[in-house]
Amino acid sequence: MKPPRFRYFAADSTAHAVELLGEYGDEAKLLAGGQSVVPLLNFRLVAPAVLIDINRITELDHVRVDGITTRVGALVRQRTIERDQELRRRGPMLTETVGLIGHVAIRNRGTVGGALAHADPAGEWPALGLLLGACFRIVGPRGRRTVPVDEFFRGFLTTAIEPDELLEEVELRLPSPGAGHAFVEVARRHGDFALVGVGAVVELDSRCRIAHIAIALIGVASTAVRAGDAERVLRGELPSTELVKSAAEAAAAGLDPVDDIHASGTYRRRIAGVLTRRALYTALARAGWERRDVA
Amino acid sequence: MSRDDEAQEIALDVNGTKRCAVAEPRTTLADFLRDHLGLTGTHLGCEHGVCGACTVLLDSHSVRSCLLFAVQTEGATVTTIEGLSEVNAELHPIQQAFSAQHGLQCGFCTPGFIVSVAELLAEDPDPSESTIQSWLSGNLCRCTGYQNIVKAVRTAAELTHPKAGPGRG
Amino acid sequence: MATEVHVGRRMARKEDRPLVTGTGRFVADIRPVGTVDVAFGRSPVAHARIEAIGTEAATAMDGVVGVYTAPDIQGQVQPFTLFVDQEHTPPSLDQSIHPVIRPCDMDVLALTRVRYVGQPVVAIVAESRYLAEDAAELVDIDYEELPVLTDPEAAIAPGAPLLHEQVPGNVQASFDVDLGAVDAVFAEAEHTASFRFLVPRVAGSPIETRGVLAVHDPVQEELTVWSSTQTPYMVRTRIAEMLGLAEQQVRVIAPDVGGGFGPKVQVYPEEILVAHLSMRLGRPVCWIEDRNEHLVATGQSRDQVHTVEVAYRGDGTITGLRDRFLLDCGAFNPFSITCAYNTAAHLRGLYRVPAYRIRGECVLTNKTPNVPYRGAGRPEATFVMDRVVDVVARRLGLDPAEVIGRNLLTVAEMPCDRGMPYRDGAPIVYDCGDVPASFDRLLRQVGYAEHRSATREVQDGHVRRGIGFATYVEGTGKGPHEGARALLDSRGDIIVLAGCTPHGQSHETAFSQVAADALGVSPEQITFRAGDTALVPYGVGTFASRSAVTAGTAVAVAGGRLRQRILAVAGELLEAAPDDLEFQDSTVHVQGDVTSSVTLHQIAAAAAPGPAARLPAGMDHGMDESYYFVPPTVTFASGLMAAVVDVDTETGVIDVRKIVLVHDSGRLINPMVVEGQIHGGVAQGVGTALYERLVYDDTGQPLTTTFMDYLLPTSMEVPKVEQIHVETRSDRNPLGVKGVGEAGTISPPPAIVNAVVDALAPLSVEFSELPLTPEVVLDAVLAARSGRTGGQR
Repeated sequence: MKPPRFRYFAADSTAHAVELLGEYGDEAKLLAGGQSVVPLLNFRLVAPAVLIDINRITELDHVRVDGITTRVGALVRQRTIERDQELRRRGPMLTETVGLIGHVAIRNRGTVGGALAHADPAGEWPALGLLLGACFRIVGPRGRRTVPVDEFFRGFLTTAIEPDELLEEVELRLPSPGAGHAFVEVARRHGDFALVGVGAVVELDSRCRIAHIAIALIGVASTAVRAGDAERVLRGELPSTELVKSAAEAAAAGLDPVDDIHASGTYRRRIAGVLTRRALYTALARAGWERRDVA
Repeated sequence: MSRDDEAQEIALDVNGTKRCAVAEPRTTLADFLRDHLGLTGTHLGCEHGVCGACTVLLDSHSVRSCLLFAVQTEGATVTTIEGLSEVNAELHPIQQAFSAQHGLQCGFCTPGFIVSVAELLAEDPDPSESTIQSWLSGNLCRCTGYQNIVKAVRTAAELTHPKAGPGRG
Repeated sequence: MATEVHVGRRMARKEDRPLVTGTGRFVADIRPVGTVDVAFGRSPVAHARIEAIGTEAATAMDGVVGVYTAPDIQGQVQPFTLFVDQEHTPPSLDQSIHPVIRPCDMDVLALTRVRYVGQPVVAIVAESRYLAEDAAELVDIDYEELPVLTDPEAAIAPGAPLLHEQVPGNVQASFDVDLGAVDAVFAEAEHTASFRFLVPRVAGSPIETRGVLAVHDPVQEELTVWSSTQTPYMVRTRIAEMLGLAEQQVRVIAPDVGGGFGPKVQVYPEEILVAHLSMRLGRPVCWIEDRNEHLVATGQSRDQVHTVEVAYRGDGTITGLRDRFLLDCGAFNPFSITCAYNTAAHLRGLYRVPAYRIRGECVLTNKTPNVPYRGAGRPEATFVMDRVVDVVARRLGLDPAEVIGRNLLTVAEMPCDRGMPYRDGAPIVYDCGDVPASFDRLLRQVGYAEHRSATREVQDGHVRRGIGFATYVEGTGKGPHEGARALLDSRGDIIVLAGCTPHGQSHETAFSQVAADALGVSPEQITFRAGDTALVPYGVGTFASRSAVTAGTAVAVAGGRLRQRILAVAGELLEAAPDDLEFQDSTVHVQGDVTSSVTLHQIAAAAAPGPAARLPAGMDHGMDESYYFVPPTVTFASGLMAAVVDVDTETGVIDVRKIVLVHDSGRLINPMVVEGQIHGGVAQGVGTALYERLVYDDTGQPLTTTFMDYLLPTSMEVPKVEQIHVETRSDRNPLGVKGVGEAGTISPPPAIVNAVVDALAPLSVEFSELPLTPEVVLDAVLAARSGRTGGQR
């Protein structure tokens, strides 16, 4: 399990990386945290002729909280997010969810941009992108462009980023201070990719109605998915256990997950509903809803 | 002038010493430490980032050295298991604690665990049992069942930062 | 022997310092100048004829030293034939169980046919492993695919293709055990039930994979081989046999070994070939297995299907059991009936079961060969038996604890002759203690009475708690022998050498304790070494919970002999009677007079031949004592386990809260070490119960070839283990010890499964397959709630 030979270039700026991508595009792979691509190299499942290392591009390593928007550079490590005191104060949605990714040593190295660009259907970041209305700033030989999250995830491990482009930054809209959130998962073991995970963000208005709702599921399709039907059940309504149950059923209803050696599609669909319900209960409770059917 | 896929000189700080060796870009940090610098305490158990046996500190943070290329660590600071205590000198408190609590059997995974624990205790000098369990879940051990490793981490914490004695409020 | 001062004591380990400082020495850490690396080209298909192998491009690559295929080594490297002691069954076993064992040789490199994915076909030697892997990609092999057998039941069906032409029906080995009037018992039974149990294929998965380094000295005509093995002596024998050398020309060293657990008992093609290549090339040759290889090329284990019928009374007394089981032994079966017969011999466990019939068949399929793994047939047996007892209880509406108690052998029945021979031919006679008393202790420790009266719901109505039980009994300390030497070196230091091979078992510490007591010195004074065939001429290895009994006894006896010799020479030097002498540090002095003393250094010098020798009349020269212990038969360790689990009935997720174990492994040499062995054993048992399974698809492709797919439990999955030690001394060895290495591994699967069943009661669910995944649990819950029978029957 030794990687095949490749040509190695360490880009020292975004412009340099773009220049290298322009030169080697199709035969190059970007190396960020490397926590997904290096295993593939070691297994010799991929053999790019060129690796462009972006780890030295300091301009990609920033977290900027500005009002409701937060800009996260592509090279920010998961662990940086997890330990970011300002983000934690601002609402622990990001810090908590990122803590579900792998293990400490993986999070020390793995990057936000890498996780989003890899677009693993069971990864947490694509779901965070959906929940927080992400906008992706992408740069390439043809210049810069911004892609909204609805257009970003194209399919299994596929995004709107072209082979000669680089994800520079993701812009996220963090939930407002009164919002509640949750991210719940079932994994075979602690730290494994989730069999199914559900994230939810809820805001209640002054009359305790659901003013904002976002639900995203992972592990149930070729990409992370928004649970639009479930959101429609909830939006504008007064929360109740019945309502949450209907929403959870709606979230699971349209899913057709595939089987793998860890779980069947049937199982994933079944627990998608359960986890949606649990995520909603937690998020609603954090948003200030007092559930009355339990002591 | 070397080609960009051929062996090149890589210089970094390892365990407080400037080290320099020539390696291909594809050489993983783990193989570089072991084969080029002779630091064989960093072990390879899976080479795909799951088992944690190859864990080292890169600029004070634990990383899988099988998932990094040595060339990426040019100019960086790396601490391996060999860097925790001097040869024939007193053991590091974490090393002492692993031995005292029988936190190792075959010892193959042990360097990775100890390095991971070094980072944990640097961040959280008094970790709870659940924090320890969660932190260690990135390192696989097939011998111990982890119970004594968890105890060893508590012991190491106490050795490193002795609690206030009885009578203090 | 001197008094027991050190045996029984918790003593910190002597072996730890190098291991915690990264200065241990594992095979991959040893790299003589000029070493070249091997990568293997392995079969990518499960069954095929090799039509052509193109090695030109690989051979021509820069940095490649050589590329070798089967024709290149033909005549120079003999194939694997069954081990003599595997083929041979003692006469009493032959008469009793009528084993049929068919030879099925295995080439070191596949010549004309491959029979499993991962089988070595080509060896590429290069200046580095990176280059060897580059070259391996250039080897071009043309395979003509053949029909694939992945299911042992299909493999024995009439008309199935044959994996080895000389093995009819693909049944490589079989045997029958028939005890008591089985048919009559079933004919008269109050109740009967039938089951089908599946124990999956799993991987021992030491964190250090295998590895071999060989260096040949053409001047001395000596071959030195470092291997990550549990059995250096078997490696030596096989290398000598297969390469045409005398065993005395081969030295095999197991340096620090990063776990074994059974798979490293087997001698593998890579060990033979690397040795051969080092002779052929005149260079040190190294092969370090990677994890990808490990999960296809290292022996895999368990993999049994049982068809069981049980006869029982209305009070839960089991009166008879019939079982026919298949062991999927993969493409070759180097261990013959070892695991299968262990299953048969241990299946009734600590339960009485007066009428018993079992037939075991080892069936060839297109999978990696099956080898023993910690427990070696016993976890499978225990899963069957303890599930049967639990199901009988629940079907009768009785408390499982009550039914267990009713069927357990009592202290009045000990020693208990089970009416059948052990694998070594001796009758199985349990030398266990008071098992029902241990069960009572277990029930109290786990708080079973409180649990029975409490609600099982622990959270929000969807998490339920259960307690389940399981047992184990294990023949430990199997022979044929193990040896030790105790000697004084030229400085008068005490050196103890043994034939066993540690890979985590703390031999250096435990056997220093044994030797210290035998000699009357402190363990710190003992230098212990093992794992090197140059140290002790004959040896076996460490597996089957055997080293404490066999090597421990050898160390004790050799140590005692050295003490007598030291005292005799000291008596001569001090002109005193040996009985009046005692040890103090590195000296021997007359009791009550420390001024009249000699050092061990002086004693060693006096024993050496030459003009300065001073020996008692009639004593030979030298300060080097040996002893080989040949145990009469095994000694039986036993125990009872409770698992406490929480089950999420909405997701099927199982949280094992706690494992409680009352176990009896005889006299404990070092309780700290014993507890560590049990902790680790339990962790592996939890893995088998809930997480681990090697999966093959219908074409024989393994789907679990990474640690992302083959799931070892982490610190978050393994529960706390509470242990109660019971020490019933064995009378089959002078130390009174029994083996403990496998103890923790055997019972967790049935204990955990029974606990899940308990948590889900009153839903009537039954489980008969491992691992018990969340999906299986949830399916059972949903089926039971919808009125169907839940679970697997």
